[in-house]
Amino acid sequence: MTDLTKLGVKAIRDGVRSGDFTAREVAESFNAAVAEAAELNAFIVTTPDHALAAADAVDAKRAKGEDTGSMGGVPIGMKDLFATRGVQPPAPSRILEGFTPEYESTVSQNLWDAGAGMLGKLNLDQFAMGSSNETSYFGNVASPWKLEGSNQPMSPGGSSGGSSSAVAARIAPAATGTDTGGSIRQPAAFTGICGIKPTYGRCSRWGVVAFASSLDQAGPMARSVEDCAIMLGAMAGFDPKDATSLQMDVPDWEGALNADLKGKKVGIPKEYRMDGTDEAILASWEQGKEWLRDAGAEIVDISLPHSKYALPAYYIVAPAEASSNLARYDGVRYGLRDLPEGAGLQDMYAATRAAGFGDEVKRRILMGTYVLSAGFYDAYYTQAQKIRTLVSQDYEKAWGQCDLILAPTTPTASFPLGSMNKDPLTMYLNDVFAVPASLAGLPAMSVPAGLNPDGLPLGLQLVGKAFDEQTVLDAGLAIQQRAGFDHAPEKWW
Amino acid sequence: MSNYRIQGATGEWEVVIGLEVHAQVTSNAKLFSGASTAFGAEPNSQVSLVDAAMPGMLPVPNRECIRQAVRTGMAIEAEINAWSRFDRKNYFYADLPQGYQISQLYHPLVGEGSLLIEADEKTGIAEDKVIGIERIHVEQDAGKLMHDQHPTMSYVDLNRSGVALMEIVSKPDMRSPAEAGAYVRKLRSILRYVGACDGNMEEGSMRADVNVSVRKPGEEFGTRTETKNVNSVRFVMQVIEYEANRQVDVLESGGTVDQETRLFDVATGTTRTMRSKEDAHDYRYFPDPDLLPLVLEDDFIAECRASLPELPDAKRTRYEQELGLTPYNARELTAEVETFGRFETLLSATASAIGKDEKAVATQVANWALSVAPGVIKSLGDEADVSNATAERQASILAMQDKGEISGGQAKEIFEIVLKEGREPEEIADTEGLKQVSDTGAIEAAIDDILANNQDKVEQYKGGKDKLFGFFVGQTMKAMQGKANPAVVNQLLKDKLG
Repeated sequence: MTDLTKLGVKAIRDGVRSGDFTAREVAESFNAAVAEAAELNAFIVTTPDHALAAADAVDAKRAKGEDTGSMGGVPIGMKDLFATRGVQPPAPSRILEGFTPEYESTVSQNLWDAGAGMLGKLNLDQFAMGSSNETSYFGNVASPWKLEGSNQPMSPGGSSGGSSSAVAARIAPAATGTDTGGSIRQPAAFTGICGIKPTYGRCSRWGVVAFASSLDQAGPMARSVEDCAIMLGAMAGFDPKDATSLQMDVPDWEGALNADLKGKKVGIPKEYRMDGTDEAILASWEQGKEWLRDAGAEIVDISLPHSKYALPAYYIVAPAEASSNLARYDGVRYGLRDLPEGAGLQDMYAATRAAGFGDEVKRRILMGTYVLSAGFYDAYYTQAQKIRTLVSQDYEKAWGQCDLILAPTTPTASFPLGSMNKDPLTMYLNDVFAVPASLAGLPAMSVPAGLNPDGLPLGLQLVGKAFDEQTVLDAGLAIQQRAGFDHAPEKWW
Repeated sequence: MSNYRIQGATGEWEVVIGLEVHAQVTSNAKLFSGASTAFGAEPNSQVSLVDAAMPGMLPVPNRECIRQAVRTGMAIEAEINAWSRFDRKNYFYADLPQGYQISQLYHPLVGEGSLLIEADEKTGIAEDKVIGIERIHVEQDAGKLMHDQHPTMSYVDLNRSGVALMEIVSKPDMRSPAEAGAYVRKLRSILRYVGACDGNMEEGSMRADVNVSVRKPGEEFGTRTETKNVNSVRFVMQVIEYEANRQVDVLESGGTVDQETRLFDVATGTTRTMRSKEDAHDYRYFPDPDLLPLVLEDDFIAECRASLPELPDAKRTRYEQELGLTPYNARELTAEVETFGRFETLLSATASAIGKDEKAVATQVANWALSVAPGVIKSLGDEADVSNATAERQASILAMQDKGEISGGQAKEIFEIVLKEGREPEEIADTEGLKQVSDTGAIEAAIDDILANNQDKVEQYKGGKDKLFGFFVGQTMKAMQGKANPAVVNQLLKDKLG
């Protein structure tokens, strides 16, 4: 029998459907793989019973001749930012210690309804704030990848680093991610997998712990473009419980996948040629152009002139929203309460929040509080919102010349854990290419392009027009077919 | 111009008042969640995941709450902003689960409007006055802290958390406690006409933040204080009197008024500092990223307008002009939604019982509704069961009176029995003998008898002593034991005396 853990979403679903193997066999294989991989620290908690129960339900459906669903029999990893009923406090921080949600996020429910099961809750940066997975209360996540000739643990990227690590290590065929300013795309690029952030509003935010509401967007992470298309189709959909949810039908992305890009124009933004961008990254970008040209697309030079202001604007808007979104963690109703002897309400707030939040979260709450303060609001928040509008307008203008945009996902490949976290600003630069599409709410995807000379994966980013995930996925498929990326990290865990 | 003045040692001071009224929107569900809003439920029994600010929960605006605020705006003839937006007002408090209140700072739903308060000699409002309204915005209420449940801890009840409030902000246009009182009463009346708020101040459905400053007449506005959460008209007026006098004392003794937030102490009728300007929160308002701008479609606005009832001012004018009521009656009848409701039902029932149009019976019905009926009910005290006083029963009393079958006194007596026993007026009139005799035969016989026994007086009357007519009426009524229809008696006497 084939090693079922080598299979992706489509292969598992189709194999279960046609009876090549049972969903239970798949779930058992992945449960075993997860259990062996504790060293990666990708999972905060494992839920083998959930995966088995979902698998049994799918097998029972098949036995009755019923449809097994678009994700039928596929066990996935769930980023621990999604509330899942009765399992594990979300958002790895101490502040939610003892809290277990009694509700199920819309996205996770959609996935269960489509036949998926849950292997466990995946680690991430605390409250999704981080680009390296070094800020979780439950410890760092290690990438399955290593620098050639080194044994140093490497960063799987962040914040969806548990997701990227698990999928790259083949202990999960796919995982959910969330992307606020690159948190799906950067970890996907670091670990040689695919990840797509759809148009803002495609996936409901209901039941997902909020970081920055106007930017947060869930999406799938998997090892192929087809798998992402399938899983995104299961996750997306209008949700009346989320006022920013898109009231639009979900297209059949999987069915419409087409790697022929004849007639499509691909824009190359000149502003993304920044100092300090890794040579190997630039080379992969050039290669990407060739692949898309080979797929029939026309390559055009475009300008996104306000790109350089996007990252600073993002680091005003996102912390501002976060400072307010995280105010609810106050020790009053759930989670951690630190009530020193004789303390009053204000002391309880201070003690609870001091003990409950990690340094990066505190840093962003402080930044956000500062930029919203009287006297600073106009200088920071209002200006940042103007930049956000200008960035969106840059894209609007670009769409006059092209149908999608190709750029690197990150300025560098992965780095060793502990090597970048001394200076927050350096860390923030990781998302410099990812953030503009987040500010504009556009669909954006990272697909593997190859390995750098150190043997680490590199990703290419595709950004499309609002609601046009299809073109992004199609171009991703064209790259996938030409890149032939079939590298897998050597198992060391 | 109001002539309300504080007499200080240095001369007269004028009071400047602005009110921010928080009115709970009448709606079955909260502003951003589906939880119920009924008053008086067990603590924390009406709390959704959204109201408790559980991780990942999101607000979704409730259409009915927005509709009621828009209708209120229309009722005060205000601009309706088809594009508005919700902002977060950030502060920490144990009754505020999200750590912010969703409100509207920058772009409120309703813009400038106005409200008319009427001249009232009793309270010293010299003439009708238009009070400007700055805006109405929609926001969430907070929960409630309970300090009496535990010796060292406070408990939190989130039933009210997330309930929709309208904040109706006046301009600083009022100049006396009486004007402020009249403003609150009129606003309450309009809210209840519209059905946007039940106006129940005791249950906290309406409360006011009272802004007061003083100045020498003609000078610039002084520094104001804001007294929070005042929950009756009387208290609003007390706060203004107390604050105005306190500020005058402070200024006249060489001090300055601090811009601060104050609390009203119901027990002493005084106010005290809650927090000073230095301690004022920095609320860090910013647009709520969980919500899109609120855009009102034309159809929605049109429906809001079409569903508005006739409002107090229009109704009062109509009562005067079309029903011919006195200004006093018209005002009394239109002040409260219940009063005009009862009046209009009774008017229509009476008109059809008598078979005349409403205008012909309006004055009779108004007098009955405003003075006769309340008088009887009051005199009976606990004995009266007002649920017995249906419009049909009252209409039939009025109809009998109109036809001369019963006198005014008999009408009251019958109504008393209706209130106490719930019997039908016609049946009471018959069985209790509460009917006037209009039978000309019986009256004629009595008159003939009296005239025959008083020939001398008949002669004197015919000789020009007109005053004796009353004597004959009295004698006839006496003979008829008071039950003769006076109109019939008069007519017959006139005929017989020539």
